[in-house]
Amino acid sequence: MLSQSAPKFSSTGTQATRIVGALTIIVMTWVLISGLVFTPADVVQGESVRIMYVHVPSAWVAYLAFIVTAIASAFYIFAKRHSLGFDRVAGASAEVGVMFMVITLVTGSLWGRLTWGEFWQWDPRLTTTAFLLVTYVGYLAVRRLDGSVEQRARRSAVIALLAVLEIPLVHFSVVFWRSLHQRATILDPNGDVKMDGLMLFTLFTGVVGFTLVFVWLILHRQRTMLLSDLANQSGLDAAILARQNESVSI
Amino acid sequence: MQDAGFIFASYIITVAAIVLFAVGTLRRAKSSAKVVEDQHKPWI
Repeated sequence: MLSQSAPKFSSTGTQATRIVGALTIIVMTWVLISGLVFTPADVVQGESVRIMYVHVPSAWVAYLAFIVTAIASAFYIFAKRHSLGFDRVAGASAEVGVMFMVITLVTGSLWGRLTWGEFWQWDPRLTTTAFLLVTYVGYLAVRRLDGSVEQRARRSAVIALLAVLEIPLVHFSVVFWRSLHQRATILDPNGDVKMDGLMLFTLFTGVVGFTLVFVWLILHRQRTMLLSDLANQSGLDAAILARQNESVSI
Repeated sequence: MQDAGFIFASYIITVAAIVLFAVGTLRRAKSSAKVVEDQHKPWI
């Protein structure tokens, strides 16, 4: 039976995705309002610090997404049963990661204009982040190459396992080289966090909210990929059948 | 607040990107779901 019975709002939704979606909207609404209205201005950076509540969680989710891509790829390659489900999770996570990486670079660029006076500097953190983005755009391009879904899964899994090695380079670039970009505030190795309580709480809920967005998107995206693969396969099957019928009638 | 334009722009870009990605995904799912049988949708 074809999916005439599918829910009207979403073909990939379940009770779980609806709960995650509702939670996401609640947390994100709080983050946006608190970030723009309730939190105080920074002593040094002034009002521009408000960009932090979208910039930092975006960067966190981009890292998380690329790590999930690598883990799912490793499961695909090393598990006994090479399940394409892992490949779809890897692909979906990389797409979401690229989107959040673009958000990170754009919001960081706007923040940089306010604090450094420039939209872009060839600074170690910015350069390595841009390089990470280009790598994962390449990963997505490889996923669209011709070939079977198994070939797609194998090729992209190898790239994902290599690409994830760039993340420590990006994260520690501010430590390894002299950088305009500030060092980690929350993940400070000394554990000395100098931040107002509400600012810290808003940043923390931002990380939670953006992570919920990631979970919701990845659930829907990997199901969409399964549907696309099946739709492509049924289109291919129909074309082969039509071709066979043509040759029989000749 | 001189920085308001940049701050609002960063929030608008963030929300718009997420919403566009979500809507695009749901629309793509809907069009693919029409040609796939329900038995191939393990979440149903």
